[in-house]
Amino acid sequence: MIADGVEDEEKWLAAGIAGLQQNAFYMHRALDSNNLRDALKYSAQMLSELRTSRLSPHKYYELYMRAFDELRKLEMFFKEETRRGCSIVDLYELVQHAGNILPRLYLLCTVGSVYIKSKEAPAKDVLKDLVEMCRGIQHPVRGLFLRSYLAQVSRDKLPDIGSEYEGDADTVVDAVEFVLQNFTEMNKLWVRMQHQGPTREKEKREKERSELRDLVGKNLHVLSQIEGIDLDMYKETVLPRVLEQVVNCKDEIAQYYLMDCIIQVFPDEYHLQTLDVLLGAFPQLQPTVDIKTVLSRLMERLSNYAASSADVLPEFLQVEAFSKLNNAIGKVIEVQPDMPILGVITLYSSLLTFTLHVHPDRLDYADQVLGACVKKLSGKEKLEDKKATKQIVALLSAPLDKYNDIVTALKLSNYPRVMEYLDSETNKVMATVIIQSIMKNKTRISTADRVEALFELIKGLIKDLDDAFHDEVDEDDFKEEQNSVARLIQLLHSDDPEEMFKIICTVRKHILGGGPKRLPFTVPPLVFSSLKLVRQLQGQEENPFGEEESTTPKKIFQVLNQTVETLSNIPAPELALQLFLQCAEAANDCDLEPVAYEFFTQAYILYEEEISDSRAQVTAIHLIIGTLQRMHVFGVENRDTLTHKATGYSAKLLKKPDQCRAVYACSHLFWVDDQDNVKDGERVLLCLKRALRIANAAQQMSNAARGSAGSVTLFVEILNKYLYFFEKGNPQITVAAIQSLIELITTEMHSDSSTLDPAADAFFASTLRYMEFQKQKGGAIGEKYEPIKV
Amino acid sequence: MNFLLGAFKPACNILITFSDAKTRKQVPMKNENGQMVMVPLFQSQENIAAKISIEPLQGKKIEHNGVKVELLGQIEMYFDRGNFYDFTSLVRELDVPGDIYERKTYPFEFSTVEMPYETYSGVNVRLRYVLKVTVSRNYGGSIVEYQDFMVRNYSPPPSINNSIKMEVGIEDCLHIEFEYNKSKYHLKDVIIGKIYFLLVRIKIKNMDLEIRRRESTGSGANTHVETETLAKYELMDGAPVRGESIPIRLFLSPYELTPTHRNINNKFSVKNYLNLVLVDEEDRRYFKQQEITIYRLLDS
Repeated sequence: MIADGVEDEEKWLAAGIAGLQQNAFYMHRALDSNNLRDALKYSAQMLSELRTSRLSPHKYYELYMRAFDELRKLEMFFKEETRRGCSIVDLYELVQHAGNILPRLYLLCTVGSVYIKSKEAPAKDVLKDLVEMCRGIQHPVRGLFLRSYLAQVSRDKLPDIGSEYEGDADTVVDAVEFVLQNFTEMNKLWVRMQHQGPTREKEKREKERSELRDLVGKNLHVLSQIEGIDLDMYKETVLPRVLEQVVNCKDEIAQYYLMDCIIQVFPDEYHLQTLDVLLGAFPQLQPTVDIKTVLSRLMERLSNYAASSADVLPEFLQVEAFSKLNNAIGKVIEVQPDMPILGVITLYSSLLTFTLHVHPDRLDYADQVLGACVKKLSGKEKLEDKKATKQIVALLSAPLDKYNDIVTALKLSNYPRVMEYLDSETNKVMATVIIQSIMKNKTRISTADRVEALFELIKGLIKDLDDAFHDEVDEDDFKEEQNSVARLIQLLHSDDPEEMFKIICTVRKHILGGGPKRLPFTVPPLVFSSLKLVRQLQGQEENPFGEEESTTPKKIFQVLNQTVETLSNIPAPELALQLFLQCAEAANDCDLEPVAYEFFTQAYILYEEEISDSRAQVTAIHLIIGTLQRMHVFGVENRDTLTHKATGYSAKLLKKPDQCRAVYACSHLFWVDDQDNVKDGERVLLCLKRALRIANAAQQMSNAARGSAGSVTLFVEILNKYLYFFEKGNPQITVAAIQSLIELITTEMHSDSSTLDPAADAFFASTLRYMEFQKQKGGAIGEKYEPIKV
Repeated sequence: MNFLLGAFKPACNILITFSDAKTRKQVPMKNENGQMVMVPLFQSQENIAAKISIEPLQGKKIEHNGVKVELLGQIEMYFDRGNFYDFTSLVRELDVPGDIYERKTYPFEFSTVEMPYETYSGVNVRLRYVLKVTVSRNYGGSIVEYQDFMVRNYSPPPSINNSIKMEVGIEDCLHIEFEYNKSKYHLKDVIIGKIYFLLVRIKIKNMDLEIRRRESTGSGANTHVETETLAKYELMDGAPVRGESIPIRLFLSPYELTPTHRNINNKFSVKNYLNLVLVDEEDRRYFKQQEITIYRLLDS
């Protein structure tokens, strides 16, 4: 059925073209023989083909274009006729004798064009007559094409300023009047199409209408090119008249298209100066019109205009562009209660972009926009609409992109309130965007207030906002997010310790609610950040102000203690232990013995109660030993307690080699090079001997279990410790002891049961080489080595 | 042969020549055989001067009982064939009875002839002016010769010429208001006007303006009325909506119109009408007819 329709249409078009060509042929013959009467007769017959109602606008256009070409020839002929002495006035009458109106009017427009050129009558009179007479065509498609023809032939003959048709009687006012009238009539015809024909063909009709829209829009284009339209005239006449038509036609398609057209064809400067009028039209449009797109384009254009030159900025201020736009949007939203939330957000988003471009210094404007957005969003549930949330992200990202600085955005009090309306997923996305912006721009956020605000913004990443969708979170994504939060925490810095402490407390407050999954990511950076502060305070021990300082390392340590403790509860004991040790070391540097002791205690408790995995124990004990070794703050008693405990733990490790290594590492606890009070040679030796015993035991166990002795690595390692203490001058480490150990190793290596271990062999060989080297080097150390036989 | 031919030939040639034939305007007129011939044009109150030359055939003489010329204004009804009503009849005796041997010329003149009616050729009636020359004879019958001429009478522009303005309609269906700028138009006039649509509930396809001529002949029960459409001029294409106003501009010059004739000698009338016709999509016609007066304005 539809295919038939199309086929039929093709047939009708073909027939129309054939008829047109035939009559055009006769017309040409008449033109060649200067036969005016026949020329008129055949041209009228040719134009009669345009009377058809059977073609769609698309096909009709094809026919029209052919007629248009023929009419150009006819116009040339008329021109020559007048040169031959035929009066143009007579010609103008003569063509009106045609009985059918459509051919008559096409001919009239054609002669009219020549008439204006002849200047025998004022252009305005001819134009006025033509545009009036065209009222005879009330059929939308035929009327639109006829008037489009009129617009086409008249466009270079308007009495514009500077045009040859301008005169005392003809002014640009007449030109404008003419175009406006033609525009009005065309729009009426175009709108009328919508209401003619059966309802079921609505879609088809709308398609046809959109095919025709440029015919209507062309008039606005012509208007925009009239030189003589200055701002005053545009303001007083052109715009109000055009808008009147747009508003009154009450047609969705027309309103949308024409508003957009106005915005696109006229200069930005005019828009700016007539914002009141232009914006005033928007709330009057039909509720179904896609205002958001049109308004967005307007704002986009104005933004670009503002960006084009700094000179135009004062204009924006002068006309209060922002508040006008803001009000207009408010009104539009008010009169269109059914506008989807997406539309609302898009509008505000455009407005925000506008104000950011035009008034980058007016943060209050941006905040107003966000505030208005919040107001509109309030009372609604969180957004479900994907597009709308996307649009909010765009809205919120705009200030970040513009200022490259979250600090500015943080000043926007409504910023977080907008974020409230995002679902948790989008909230996270937005938070990530914010953090990325901070990191990209290396923004310094240096006051607690801002940190507070910032964390309020990114709380989607800091806390679980709703419990519903936990499980769906991808592990990698989660890590990625939390890592970025960790990086963010590192970036927060203030040179003022007071402020920094406040920042730390703020961050702490926020992250502690993060739950077991987040804390391992967020606590360490906080701890290190705090320790950094501690060291800073320690560096400037003298209080330059001489006042009572509220931020003391002690206080920070208290906070730290509590913070790290949370980790042990979640549980992440290894991490907590490491952090305790870090804190202890920092306390050590601050000479805060009790604090350091407390931290150690905490670490030990964790070791005892929480760390049960043997591998973790090994790592932990080495950390403890290492840290403890560096502590210089402890008194003898405390130190004894702690070292004793550490040695004890070492001996209780599960695997013998681990035991052995931990124990010989403990030897260092009794001999610290730069601390004279910690040089207990005897206990060093004890440790080493104990290590040897354990190594032996390990060897034997290995023998018993596998039938071959283990590697000698442990012995070589212990030998190295011997050598270390020997060099450091521990009197308990004797040449004999070293000598016997070397022999022991050599025997072990050559025993039958020993397994081949090239690494151990190499290790031993290089140890021996080292000793040889020391001997040759001479000096005090060389002398010491001399007695040892290798 | 010659003898035979001569027997049926009139005994003489009669030639009527208007004295101002060279300067007088000639206009085409359809003669009784339907052919177009050029005839001189007169108007009322003009002097009609001519000369008649009578030339007997070679070597013959004409005996006659007198020669006269008549100026006749006649109305001829086609349905009453052959019946002429002479509303004007003027006679000039040109010669007393006698013989004509050779060509003889008689000048004559009817001065300030009253010719109140225009020459008219319609469907059922004809009004003509003619000069009739009669050479009376006792035997062989009188010799008669006719010369047609045309009369047109010009009117000054009317002192009162109101516009025609009217609102018409079909209830709840169509209401229009139309206006023609005048009620009296001359033959080369232009009808200017507009149609204003007050209410449109029907789907109009197009609108035409027609000029119709109504010729009524006879009287009483014998009245014959003939209506012809002389012009059909499309004013509007497509369906207007309420509030539209459509301009009218119709040049009358291309059409062959007749001035309005009212009750010519109680024999006939010719009236002119403007007929506004609206056609809807089902080809129903809605129309309103208005009489207009058409007159002949002297070409300046």
